[in-house]
Amino acid sequence: MSNAKNKLRIATTSLAGCFGCHMSFLDMDERLVELLEHVEFDRSPLTDIKHCNPCDIGLVEGGLCNADNVHVLREFRRNCKILIAVGACAINGGVPAMRNHFSLRSCLEESFLNGVGVENPQIPGDVELPLLLDKVRPIHEAVQIDYYLPGCPPSADEFLSVLGDLLAGREPALPKKLIHYD
Amino acid sequence: MNDMSKDANPVIPDTIYIDGHEIPFTQGQTIMDAAFAAGIYIPHLCHRPGLTPHGSCKLCTVDIHNRIAASSATDRRTHTKFAVDADSRSVSACTTPAAAGQQISSNTPELNEVRKTITQMLFIEGNHLCPSCEKSGDCTLQAVAYHLGMLDGHFPQFFPRREVDASHPTVMLDRDRCILCELCVRASREMDGKNVFAIAGRGTSAHLIVNSPSGTLADSGLETGDMAVHICPVGAILIKEHGYEVPIGRRTFDLHQVGEIGLEKVVLAKARHIDE
Repeated sequence: MSNAKNKLRIATTSLAGCFGCHMSFLDMDERLVELLEHVEFDRSPLTDIKHCNPCDIGLVEGGLCNADNVHVLREFRRNCKILIAVGACAINGGVPAMRNHFSLRSCLEESFLNGVGVENPQIPGDVELPLLLDKVRPIHEAVQIDYYLPGCPPSADEFLSVLGDLLAGREPALPKKLIHYD
Repeated sequence: MNDMSKDANPVIPDTIYIDGHEIPFTQGQTIMDAAFAAGIYIPHLCHRPGLTPHGSCKLCTVDIHNRIAASSATDRRTHTKFAVDADSRSVSACTTPAAAGQQISSNTPELNEVRKTITQMLFIEGNHLCPSCEKSGDCTLQAVAYHLGMLDGHFPQFFPRREVDASHPTVMLDRDRCILCELCVRASREMDGKNVFAIAGRGTSAHLIVNSPSGTLADSGLETGDMAVHICPVGAILIKEHGYEVPIGRRTFDLHQVGEIGLEKVVLAKARHIDE
């Protein structure tokens, strides 16, 4: 850990996502060992650190579906020099945004009152539960985003390419061939 | 349709210049036709060789530079009291006839940036959620966005609520993905001889309608073999039960770039007469 000061500090989070982007990140397999020579993780599901410290890079998966998502996103923006929207959901709401077709009330009623196999039907209202947003939103509608990494999910190669560029002090860029939204 | 070539008078080949390349053309060809024949890709969504050009998507916007070829009697900017640069004008390549000596810019950073903005507006105006769309990988809107290096929608998402028509036994219509290119409207009218589709409403309320007594596809004369069913550049008109025969990752634009000439099939069908 002697060169810890020179390591880039990275925070990651999954908001209204499926953790698929995180799983894809881990698909870099043994290359993760090499990467860890150059980076260290701050707040992330990988470290279980609960709050973000000042970081170089924030990777945000998922869009905004509830008040907690907005809170976490703002914490990331405050603490990360570079914020990257990772994956389809962060960029345009993705599959969770398909609920935008329906009113929030009808979504809740379908899940908790009228759904198949529901017992003791009631819509959860505990104060500890974050309030749902009326619509699922992409993250660039709430905070400034520095870079976008599309894909559902982006491949491990794409993560490595972007981090490699940032480690080398280059502007992250992907060959057009690697850009995909699915 | 191709009366030109049968004409007794020989057609006079002539030349336009696209991004400095000499491009031959024959009288009657549009800038898009000439570019296509010469293997030069101009981004487009609402155009398909063989159908009447529509000029609505504006992705094929190019700049014509030299004044003589650029201005015409109908160029109303020359009549305004404001100073305008009438030396160059922006036109749709798919509707503008090629004229000898035109100096045309197409593949420039400025035009590609405008094209990207147009594409972003198409994305945010509808519900284009690629991971949940069975057209993903075969979608021209998506492929054009890749071509232009689009990474995000930039503008706030509309998330409009639009109707799905799943009434037809073999074809479905998901208006969420419709970009109002009118390819199906023209294919149905000009090739299928059926006139099944039309656009109704204005501005953000514009939407695809079905010409049938109930307004649904089930009631229309649409059949799986119709060109209108196959021509949709996005996932708005889909053939049921065939969506995943080619796996994601092996589809047209997974393996090719949209700019490769020859991907787009040229419509060969002869226009059918209404009582045929």
